[in-house]
Amino acid sequence: MVDVTHGAIGSVPPAEVPEMDLYHPHSWWTKYVFSQDAKVIAIQYSGTAIAIGMVALVLSWLMRLQLGFPGTFDFITPEAYYQFITMHGMIMVVYLLTALFLGGFGNYLIPLMVGARDMVFPYANMLSYWIYLLAVLVLVASFFAPGGPTGAGWTLYPPQAIMTGTPGGQQSGIILMLVSLILFVIGFTMGGLNYVVTVLQARTRGMTLMRLPLTVWGIFTATVMALLAFPALLVACVMMLFDRLLGTSFFMPAVVEMGEQLRTNGGSPILFQHLFWFFGHPEVYIVALPAFGIVSDLIATHARKNIFGYRMMVWAIVGIGALSFIVWAHHMYVSGMDPYFGFFFATTTLIIAVPTAIKVYNWILTLWRGDIHLTIPMLFALAFIVTFVNGGLTGLFLGNVVVDVPLSDTMFVVAHFHMVMGVAPITVIFGAIYHWYPKITGRMLNEALGQFHFWVTFLGAYLIFFPMHYVGLMGVPRRYSELGDMALMTDSAHDLNAFISIMAFIVGFAQLVFLFNLVWSIRHGKEAGPNPWRATTLEWQTEHTPPRHGNFGKELPIVYRWAYDYSVPGAKEDYIAQNDPGEYGAPGAHA
Amino acid sequence: MAIALVLVLVVAGSILFHLLSPWWWTPIASNWAYIDHTIIITFWITGAVFAAVVLFMAYCVFRFRHRDGQRADYDPENRRLETWLTVVTGIGVAAMLVPGLFVWSQFVNVPDDATEVEVIGQQWQWSYRLPGADGKLGLSDTRNVSAENPLGVDANDPNGQDDVVVEAADLHLPVGKPVKMLLRSIDVLHDFYVPEFRAKMDMIPGSVTYFWFTPTRTGTFQVLCAELCGQGHAYMRGGVTVDTEEDYVAWLGEQQTFAQLTTPEQTSSAD
Repeated sequence: MVDVTHGAIGSVPPAEVPEMDLYHPHSWWTKYVFSQDAKVIAIQYSGTAIAIGMVALVLSWLMRLQLGFPGTFDFITPEAYYQFITMHGMIMVVYLLTALFLGGFGNYLIPLMVGARDMVFPYANMLSYWIYLLAVLVLVASFFAPGGPTGAGWTLYPPQAIMTGTPGGQQSGIILMLVSLILFVIGFTMGGLNYVVTVLQARTRGMTLMRLPLTVWGIFTATVMALLAFPALLVACVMMLFDRLLGTSFFMPAVVEMGEQLRTNGGSPILFQHLFWFFGHPEVYIVALPAFGIVSDLIATHARKNIFGYRMMVWAIVGIGALSFIVWAHHMYVSGMDPYFGFFFATTTLIIAVPTAIKVYNWILTLWRGDIHLTIPMLFALAFIVTFVNGGLTGLFLGNVVVDVPLSDTMFVVAHFHMVMGVAPITVIFGAIYHWYPKITGRMLNEALGQFHFWVTFLGAYLIFFPMHYVGLMGVPRRYSELGDMALMTDSAHDLNAFISIMAFIVGFAQLVFLFNLVWSIRHGKEAGPNPWRATTLEWQTEHTPPRHGNFGKELPIVYRWAYDYSVPGAKEDYIAQNDPGEYGAPGAHA
Repeated sequence: MAIALVLVLVVAGSILFHLLSPWWWTPIASNWAYIDHTIIITFWITGAVFAAVVLFMAYCVFRFRHRDGQRADYDPENRRLETWLTVVTGIGVAAMLVPGLFVWSQFVNVPDDATEVEVIGQQWQWSYRLPGADGKLGLSDTRNVSAENPLGVDANDPNGQDDVVVEAADLHLPVGKPVKMLLRSIDVLHDFYVPEFRAKMDMIPGSVTYFWFTPTRTGTFQVLCAELCGQGHAYMRGGVTVDTEEDYVAWLGEQQTFAQLTTPEQTSSAD
């Protein structure tokens, strides 16, 4: 019946390596601050990411003030507006989403889900967080630097990123931005190597690769991609820093700056774009793949049903990861690169739609004949499918090179990427937090506040970004600090913009309710018990909740089955934990 | 339960919004109606997929919601179904990609009879250069840019002397004639974008990029910059007027050539 659940009890291999010795903390400082426990590091990563994410949220409000009510707020000058969009974009993509999925969820879940005591290099793991924090602090410092942060757009395209016409270009804004990114890449590499080696080397006995929960597959593949993609960003940042500080011309051709001939010569602005998107496109999937993995587990657990087509799901994750390295120039169809590239990159880009569609089919087929519990994590998972499908489909417009020509650089693009890599992954983050919070704290998040948070976030975000596509279809360009006297902006389009802005404030407010819930429930939430969702994976089978340093009790768990033995016919309960040997080798663990 | 109803409403609302909203593209003024058609095809295919997926979900949530005693099925894989879905998806993707690439090949292959017009972007204004009577644009280089020669035309190239220079004013084009827009920048990235023409392309200092189109109706259209170019980006506006042939010739007659723009200065300094 089920050949994915191969491996019965007898096939569990003997332990090959002795258990690792953990560094046990001796003081409050080494336990909670300079901790080497991946779970503490995960919470540090998540807390920092959410804190800087709040800055990005406020920045988005400020830009929506300007777009919805142009000319009303004097303090939003064009310079300030460009600084807001730049910092909002960079924070959300790099310092929030990447850090939270990999540094946050990766650190917490990988060791627990693969049955390890900790990451394999705990000290490097700790350094990873502290360097990330330093990167965030450098980024924040740019708000207080003379001239403020850079306003070059999160893509930091030269030459404008380092010229006087751009806020922070000839001041310290761009320098701090580049230094912060370099630090981020260094810190991430330390963590990323940990995640990869832990998944490959520290799985417990019986945890074969094809028994890994999809959450681990998603985070693992994303981390491998990040380790390959971030170096491109690193060299781009180093070269631009040289151009800015040493007067080199990696990206600088001969240019005239405000009537003055600069001494730069021979550099290529478009080379930067290739380097940036060689990082930047995989980055989309570095955010998306962990979301794919996590949402698969949320759906399976809360629909009490095995994920449909597990092996196909694994290969789709790996295939998407590989393909995402050969599609980067679809961000550059109208960049002035050789237009014949368009044929190649449009084809690869649309091919990626196939494994992505398979994932969507398998999620909804998992719902089919399930036993769907409409818990908050499940609601967010459903919201993810809606917004991801919506955003993925508009990707077929932009990926299809000639269709991209009128739509690129318009609000259509803004709507597309917010739907697909903003709203969709963030709904997964919310679902995941509601799902794992009980394990992390021992208490449930408040249900009523959760319902409020879900409905406002899902419907509000859809009402923000769905109509925004049509503003772009009209031709309204993105990154305009002022839409006032544009010929194609009708009165009704201004009204629509005001509506979008109001929705943005409402959705942002709902996030404050969520934050309140996070804090309030630590003390006042309902006691959760060890496994409130009756889930199969190892993190729910720990001796203590929250798990202590070392994760499991004296003995590491032994894994007998895949992660999706829900509603196995004949079994007493509607789930069988991965470390449950079963009576007589229960059906899911058949030989 | 509410969620099943809301999912249906999301689909219905999205379709109604698409059909009824007043926000739609500007009336086209170029030959690139093909692009509009490809967008329409893509809207149909993606709209159908979106509706099918979300309505299926709504049905599942309604039909298989948890009730006492309910138990989910146990069916890990179904290779036939998975293969079938993969093939159908592949066909749908090909149905969008093939016409897209077909139109793209037209977009990148400039017809032989297209006349060349150069657009020069700088922070934060547009200038233009048209070939003179010889039909050839003279050489240019950012290094030649100065207050007297803002476009950086090579003063030693005889082909450039009769080039018509339109500085910080509207460009005029004759209706019905294909034009190849040669795009240059002297400082940062810009992007010459007229929504009604559907075409756009970035301008890169140190390179010459291009796109081509045929204006199909007369009128004046706003030029926008579509690539972030610094704090004045949103104010980098210009205009293109598509004229009848007679109007175009009349306009062209009023313009000054590169030689005329550079010599009067010498005579006036001789006064």
